Amino acid sequence: MTVARPRTLAEALGALEATPDAHLLAGGTDFMVEVNFGHRRPTDIVALRRVVELQGHEHADGHVTLGAMLTYAEIEADLAEDFPALAAAGRTVGSPQIRNAGTIGGNVGTASPAGDTLPLLVALDAEVDLAGPEGTRTVALDEFITGPKRTDRRPGEIITRVRVPRVTGPQQFLKIGTRNAMVISIACLALVLDLDARRVRCGLGSVGPRPLRPRAAEDFLSGEIDWDGPRAAPGAVRRFAELVAEACTPITDQRGTAEYRRHAAGVLARRAVERSLQS
Amino acid sequence: MTRTEITLSVNGCQHTLALDPRVTLLDALREVIGLTGAKKGCDRGECGTCTVLVDGRRVYACLTLAVMHDGATVTTVEGLADGTDLHPLQQAFISRDALQCGFCTPGQILSAIGLLAEGRATSEQEIREFMSGNLCRCGAYPNIVAAIRDVAGAQ
Repeated sequence: MTVARPRTLAEALGALEATPDAHLLAGGTDFMVEVNFGHRRPTDIVALRRVVELQGHEHADGHVTLGAMLTYAEIEADLAEDFPALAAAGRTVGSPQIRNAGTIGGNVGTASPAGDTLPLLVALDAEVDLAGPEGTRTVALDEFITGPKRTDRRPGEIITRVRVPRVTGPQQFLKIGTRNAMVISIACLALVLDLDARRVRCGLGSVGPRPLRPRAAEDFLSGEIDWDGPRAAPGAVRRFAELVAEACTPITDQRGTAEYRRHAAGVLARRAVERSLQS
Repeated sequence: MTRTEITLSVNGCQHTLALDPRVTLLDALREVIGLTGAKKGCDRGECGTCTVLVDGRRVYACLTLAVMHDGATVTTVEGLADGTDLHPLQQAFISRDALQCGFCTPGQILSAIGLLAEGRATSEQEIREFMSGNLCRCGAYPNIVAAIRDVAGAQ
């Protein structure tokens, strides 16, 4: 096994060109479990943790670019004002030790249906920047994740940044698991009331093969909210919750049944809206 | 097998190691350097007994490759005492009887040092949340929280 430890993006792309089947290693919090238990025997690894171009975050016009190697701990500490729901999601990932290792680029690249940052990122129409042998490209996250642990990353490409539009208005992140820490979510939901565009934005995790946008539910509630509050009638909130539940395409696994997940997503939707509205 | 040479500063001692790149930081500490304070519990980042500080931040040594930490500074439980003077958290764990079997204790103490450095030990609730990555199957949690509160309060 070889482990390349590039310091620059150019070195990382070169290492990936030299070993095209290499596994791209970020924080290792998923990958190392598979290696330790012999489920995966990698021959080559390109470790990205020290690539300078992938660190930190930057404010730009209307959005924030998150370096792929930004850790959950950094998200929790540094992005609470820009993206409270992303910081909240970061705070629910694993444990403090996991959050010092795991990264946003790893969460996007692994593309687990349960990735905790993904519901908010899709709700905000985040985009993914990739660098590769053909140059750079930017893809909507919603299109980049094509299925469970499947992405549109092409051979030789590295995720460099996630661009997240800044939106004014309340944000919520809610997650259900068997305990508060150290669980993979059974269902999770991010909700944003986009006050400038007067749009409800919602993302769902662990209730489908990839993060979902319940667009019919968003459209419905966007038309029902009195945006000067913002306020909404209890019946409209209940109907939104039903539409969110209908949008789910969950499976039954060891963490929960499809029926429970669908129900839970509706409950989370109602709670998130109630917490975001003026009472 | 190709070995990768790295340098680690562990508890103030410089170690130059030629490692199989697949060796985890935990195995490098335990099997190569011979420091067995960090324990191998679950080997999958759930129990926390392998917790060490890398450049001051608490991490699971089982979930990271040693070669990823070339040049890093690592602290394990063996590096906490100053001669026979225990680290305040070590003393607090004894004073508060914060262990039964002791298998989780090195990880608990290193995690608590990380927690104190993060400034997240201002209430019992906060300590419980931010110590959630360290399991104690003997159930010494109330005394672990009390020990951490003692040290946090003294700072």
